[in-house]
Amino acid sequence: MTLPPIDSPTWNSTLRAFLWGMSSVRATILAAVLFATYLGIGALAHDSHFSLAWTLLSTIFVWAGPAQIIVITTLGSGASILQSAIAVTMSAVRLFPMVVSVLPLMRTPETKRRQLILPAHFTAVTLWVECHRFLPQVPRKRRIAFVNGLGCGLLCVSLSANLIGYFLAANLSQTLGSAILLLTPLAFLFSTARNSRSLADALALALGLVLYPLASLINSGLDVLISGVVAGTIAYGFHKWREGP
Amino acid sequence: MSDFIGDWHALLVLLVAGVIPNQIWRMLGLWLGGGLDEGSDLLMWVKAVATAILAGVIAQILVDPPGALASVPALLRYAALVAGFAAFLLTRRSIFAGVVCGELVMLAGKWWLG
Repeated sequence: MTLPPIDSPTWNSTLRAFLWGMSSVRATILAAVLFATYLGIGALAHDSHFSLAWTLLSTIFVWAGPAQIIVITTLGSGASILQSAIAVTMSAVRLFPMVVSVLPLMRTPETKRRQLILPAHFTAVTLWVECHRFLPQVPRKRRIAFVNGLGCGLLCVSLSANLIGYFLAANLSQTLGSAILLLTPLAFLFSTARNSRSLADALALALGLVLYPLASLINSGLDVLISGVVAGTIAYGFHKWREGP
Repeated sequence: MSDFIGDWHALLVLLVAGVIPNQIWRMLGLWLGGGLDEGSDLLMWVKAVATAILAGVIAQILVDPPGALASVPALLRYAALVAGFAAFLLTRRSIFAGVVCGELVMLAGKWWLG
């Protein structure tokens, strides 16, 4: 898909910019990854006994796949609300640098802060990557509308996937149901591995996978948090040590 | 209808454990934006911990699987992940190839085991 040239009169309309953003969803392979992820989350929520409305609301208001999976798996396996909240808070920190780096791409001197609330809400790894790809082709004064369209498009993809996954988990044979549940760890492992550019991130990923089974032996109710903090700290320490004093 | 909504307690938990912990960071980014160095030590540590927590959750789904996934033997679940990861690396980091290969290994294994 090609966007109209940057000086095209099409861009004079905010609504058109919004619609261009929305239809850009078709031009991104990440939308397919998002679809697979949310298909898995829908199935996971069903099998962990959450309601359909709960699942859809979590997609709309949390809008971060990893956080949703942490909430569903920890609460589903009987962890306390506090443990889930702490684990999600830690997992969501990565949104902070994303928001900080993506908003300047669409800000103009006239932009009011409240106009950026919705783009900030839509910011997650997929939107963040696609903004860097698409926004240079969008006139600056239409970028907020474009991003809101893109965010709505991605949200529609995810909600449809949730519905389908939830419904399939309820009705499919056990084999196909397990295939859909397996989508979540696979899609997350590979998309995280792809985004782990620094050694610290790659090491954190590998150690986190290996240390969780050990931490789960303690059975403290804080297993994910313990293995995460230990593995992340070792990875960070190793990175600093290699960098030298 | 009550099946669709579920219980209200679960929605409250969603707000406390899901929505607020996420939106705090987005809104902080919106308010403080620009004032923080992306390469700072604190942020690097936090990112490493966040990645490791996510890895732990991936491991948790495989080690202690929910619902239908529990019907797949543990060794087959790990084999599917390893095979998918090999395909991912061989295809120069194609997420699609990794997911398809992992799924096929799991389905083939299940079919073979009967």
